[in-house]
Amino acid sequence: MKTQIKVKNINSTSDLVLDDRVHKSLYSDEKIFEEELDKIFNNTWVWLAHESELPEAGSYKTATIGRNPVIVVRDRKKNIHVMLNRCRHRGATVCEGKTGKTKAFTCPYHGWGYGLDGSLRALPKPEEYENILDKAEFGLIKVRTESYQGMIFATLKDDLEPLEDFLGGAKKWIDLFMKQGGGYPIKTLGDHRFRFPGNWKIQLENTTDAYHFPIIHKSFISSLDEEASEIFDFLDGDGFVEDLGNGHSVMVMIPELVDLDENLDEPIPERYGDLAKQLADEGHSDLEVRRLVRAVGGGGFNLNLFPNVACSMAFFRNLVPISVNETEIHHIALGGDGAPEAFNQKRIRLHEHFQGPMGFGTPDDGEAWERVQAGSMAGTDGWIMLHRGMSKLSTSADGNVQGAVCSETGMRAAYQQYKKLMSQSSEQ
Amino acid sequence: MKLDTQLLADVTAFLNIEADMLDNKEYHQWLDLWLESGLYIVPVDHNATDYANTLNVAYDNNKMRLARIERLTSGNAVSTQLSEKTVRTMSRFRILDDVDGLVRVRCAYCLYEDNKNGVRCYPANLQFKLARDGGSFKIAEKVVKVMKSSQYLTTVSYLF
Ligand code: FES
Ligand SMILES: [Fe+2]
Repeated sequence: MKTQIKVKNINSTSDLVLDDRVHKSLYSDEKIFEEELDKIFNNTWVWLAHESELPEAGSYKTATIGRNPVIVVRDRKKNIHVMLNRCRHRGATVCEGKTGKTKAFTCPYHGWGYGLDGSLRALPKPEEYENILDKAEFGLIKVRTESYQGMIFATLKDDLEPLEDFLGGAKKWIDLFMKQGGGYPIKTLGDHRFRFPGNWKIQLENTTDAYHFPIIHKSFISSLDEEASEIFDFLDGDGFVEDLGNGHSVMVMIPELVDLDENLDEPIPERYGDLAKQLADEGHSDLEVRRLVRAVGGGGFNLNLFPNVACSMAFFRNLVPISVNETEIHHIALGGDGAPEAFNQKRIRLHEHFQGPMGFGTPDDGEAWERVQAGSMAGTDGWIMLHRGMSKLSTSADGNVQGAVCSETGMRAAYQQYKKLMSQSSEQ
Repeated sequence: MKLDTQLLADVTAFLNIEADMLDNKEYHQWLDLWLESGLYIVPVDHNATDYANTLNVAYDNNKMRLARIERLTSGNAVSTQLSEKTVRTMSRFRILDDVDGLVRVRCAYCLYEDNKNGVRCYPANLQFKLARDGGSFKIAEKVVKVMKSSQYLTTVSYLF
């Protein structure tokens, strides 16, 4: 295969994404980063929150869509709104903190007060606005929002296709992912947040990269018992990566754990023996115990949703681009809403074991990503190869392109959507 | 307020040794400082109290402490392979109480890390529960409230 491709004909970002490789400047060019915020993050569905993060009227979470700070909030009627976090007077943010609960949003600067639905309710000394300010026109700016299975997305583009059309082939996998509450609805249980000195797409690529797992995560695997480490030895198994369209992809590592409602009669793994006993002692039926134990470690697949969220085995992975060479990652732990305490506690411990700044997995991923950012700058051949598994593609049961579990099919899917969005003319 | 300067001196001496062992990567000796039932906790949320039922950055019982030391020393974890020695400073020791053989103490702490991106520092409030053990102590609980832990950290390749 020819690996030297002349760069001199490149004149737009879409020339930097080929079928089997992408150019390193996608990791490092500040102009491209700014263009991505406009053409991708301002032009697609961006994941912001899970409904369980907003349990009550007045619960809010702050987030960003590209460079726009937003508030996700539940109003008194339990409706969810997404609004720009920007006072309509002189622009101050009206809401701070990761999450919280409030009765209203009051701007700290001059005291304009907004309701939970964003409407401007009152402002101090209104006389000077007589006949020149219509409160109805000065509410917080609403952003279009839609949800699927409790996952809240928003978009700045009013004529974008409905969320469910955008998710398309990924919906089936979201439905499967939501079974890991062990018979209870999914609920978030807190998050780990960390930043690494690298471009956001390096993390985007990683979610469906099974190839790296036994290598970089050797330290994690060696901290498991024999039975569990065998489960993570999936490169020679029946797993696969499937291109689900619109940049989404799924990597099935452990086919036996795709549907957590199935095979409930299998023996309880030794590492969950204590949990099973505790649940049984608390009076849960044999079937309930089996359902909970089967769900406790999460599903056997990573679902990557373009551009910024993944349903990754047992947690949500949310990526937030900070600059061309800095990215913030949120690993959001999940459990069952109303599920036995022992079940949720075990899920929290499993999350801590791999994820987060001091997990046994994340720091090694972070080191690898940082090295990609640094090393990819070397040399004149600027191509990042993504062609693994291309010669052995097949068609999935759903009619999609499918490759081996350790193929780079998911990355190619994401970059084709990237190319599609980056090729649109600017219309801001 | 009457100060028990002898207890304060004993506790300070013990915690200086603990920090010195971590800075110098004397991890196996460090493990001997612990009660088997001890918990090493780095919370995400500094206001949390029920650590067992809350997501933490780290929540290590004896088994996880052993696994973490194995991870830091085995050479299998690429993020720890090049980690240099750290520098910890501690001050502002205060005994909170001393009940039934358990001394609760807190202090100010800063860890400096020689990272390839520069020297990084992590200021924290440290809280210990120390069980009296002959003339010395064993650690029953160590809670490290690192600044920014609820916002974002970088990845960490040592123990706080
Ligand atoms: S900027 Fe908000 S009230 Fe003035
Ligand atoms: Fe990984």
